[in-house]
Amino acid sequence: MLFKILPKEEFRALVEMILEANEVIAPKAIATNARGERIHQFLPIRSFEEMDLEYKSTEYSAKTYFLPYRENLCTFEFEGEDWQQSIQYYIQPRAIIGLRAHDINALLKLDKVFIRDRFPSPYYISRRKNTFIVGLDHIPEEDEFSRSMGTHIVTHGFDLFLTDLSDRYFVAINSDRAFSLLQKVKTRDVADADTHAYLEVRRRIRDGFKTHIEVHSLPNVLDLEFTSKVWTKWGEKCLNCGSCAAVCPTCYCYGVTEEVTMDFKKATKVKQLYSCNLVDFARVAGGHDFRSDKEARLKYRYYHQYRGFLEDYGEPKCVGCNRCGRVCLAGIKPAAVIKDLYEESV
Amino acid sequence: MTQSLSFRPYDVRQEHEMNEPLDFNRWAQLKPVAKVFKAMITNVIRLTEMEKLFHLRIIDDTERERFSFLPGQFVMIEVPGYGEVPITVCSSTSNKGFIEVCVRKVGTVTSVLHRAGRGAKVGIRGPFGTHFPLERMKGHSILLIAGGLGLAPLRAPIFYVTENRSEFKDVHILYGTKSPDQELFDYQYESWRRIDGVDIRIIVEKPDERWKGPVGLITELLDDVTVDPNETYAIVCGPPVMFKFVCQRLNQMGIPMDRMFVSLERRMHCGMGKCCRCNVGSTYTCTDGPVFDYWTVMNLKEAI
Repeated sequence: MLFKILPKEEFRALVEMILEANEVIAPKAIATNARGERIHQFLPIRSFEEMDLEYKSTEYSAKTYFLPYRENLCTFEFEGEDWQQSIQYYIQPRAIIGLRAHDINALLKLDKVFIRDRFPSPYYISRRKNTFIVGLDHIPEEDEFSRSMGTHIVTHGFDLFLTDLSDRYFVAINSDRAFSLLQKVKTRDVADADTHAYLEVRRRIRDGFKTHIEVHSLPNVLDLEFTSKVWTKWGEKCLNCGSCAAVCPTCYCYGVTEEVTMDFKKATKVKQLYSCNLVDFARVAGGHDFRSDKEARLKYRYYHQYRGFLEDYGEPKCVGCNRCGRVCLAGIKPAAVIKDLYEESV
Repeated sequence: MTQSLSFRPYDVRQEHEMNEPLDFNRWAQLKPVAKVFKAMITNVIRLTEMEKLFHLRIIDDTERERFSFLPGQFVMIEVPGYGEVPITVCSSTSNKGFIEVCVRKVGTVTSVLHRAGRGAKVGIRGPFGTHFPLERMKGHSILLIAGGLGLAPLRAPIFYVTENRSEFKDVHILYGTKSPDQELFDYQYESWRRIDGVDIRIIVEKPDERWKGPVGLITELLDDVTVDPNETYAIVCGPPVMFKFVCQRLNQMGIPMDRMFVSLERRMHCGMGKCCRCNVGSTYTCTDGPVFDYWTVMNLKEAI
């Protein structure tokens, strides 16, 4: 990996240069909550000022730019008794600025599912390869537990990764397009003082984590506690709204429906993100439901996050951002559920 | 002075794999995953009040010749404007011209299919999933056990075994339904029965006045079957509750659990291990299954 020092005014010039010719998505303050704190989302910006890199977290993850909530898979055009199918893929280049280490790690997990696994998805690959990613370090929020998940550090999956050293950024360069882009602004080589300052920030990030979950032997504990009362306790609270999956940076399950235009000339096949907590997730034709009670559905979500995905891809699916814990209307927080499970098993 | 810089667009269609012939049996190939093979319904056979058998012929010659499946694999059948359903192919693998699928009228897409006649054009994606390992079963006796609609996925292995009769020892086909009028493929039983060394037994739960055969549950048919447990493979298809009783019974007879195969049913929206709807624990019914050995199923929580 190559490293450079980028003065903040040069960073601004860089962003403005990208903005001239490309769509740019960045954290943007959209409202204020009841406690007077700004609420942020990843949204398209038109100027450098619209971007707020001091943001704490976004309500939704940036997943929507790679796995849109609704995506057209194909179109059928009817001609009498016959039909023709057409498929389109995303080809518009763009940049996302300000992604956290755990959000980039989330993309790496999705890459495993949609690029490196059986049946690679051309839809996902199109969006991923057309997106220039600029990451940004942050001091964790109190409820984040990405250090437990090992996702507070990221070494690939981005083009540029910035660490704020007050008047300048310490930049990791991870692609040739990022390298050539940086040549258009003034950067300088990393000096010893920069390295020291950078490592100091890394230490502050590491020590900034206040929430930890026990992941060692978690897959085992989940198997042992399959019939535990813990699932009833939390399952009863669940409202089956699917908010957790909507905000999750790695939840990717979906449903496919077809919609016919008003003139009956076309039908589109639409992929819509789903949630395993929604009531009909596992219901089959004929009415049989493989997970008919909400306790089973909540449990399934945890099993997939911390056990099932691990068996398939060698790592848990969760990145510890705790967006699901914050958004849950019933107050179900993964750190609390997992703590309960461990207490149950001793 | 601000310079402008525009990123080079990436077009996935330029990837060479995207332009190779579409073959869903090549799992690692990057392909237009939503593309369907256009097929024509060439024949419709009424099986019961609820089930029809459709003959589907892929229209494009090259696509049709390249299409191949193994017994137990399924396809997604697309009815443009309505949706897609996963259905196991129930014809013989030696039949290259068309495939047969048995469809129960139960939801939106299947109801439309039941209204479709000869000449209607539907889409096919697939084949998907694992198959019954019939190659491995050669030289052994085979128990083929089906309940209700489970005879449809069992029909491809039955064809395989009867067409390669000399490769297998004794063949037992056991079939149970609720009532005689729900029997699928009843016009074929006689042709199977006449094959040397093939024993076919049928049982119903609720007989009508014309029924002369045995009455009861499918497990009762196993009372009269004698097999050498060290020389036998079993394939079981039916409702989840049936798996448990039949497989436990077979296990008592001494057949090892990794020699019993079941085909699981789940909701599916993709067939490619992506949509998660068919997920059981860590296992995707569409790509790790639908055919599993019973040991795997026993180890999967909530599988049956």
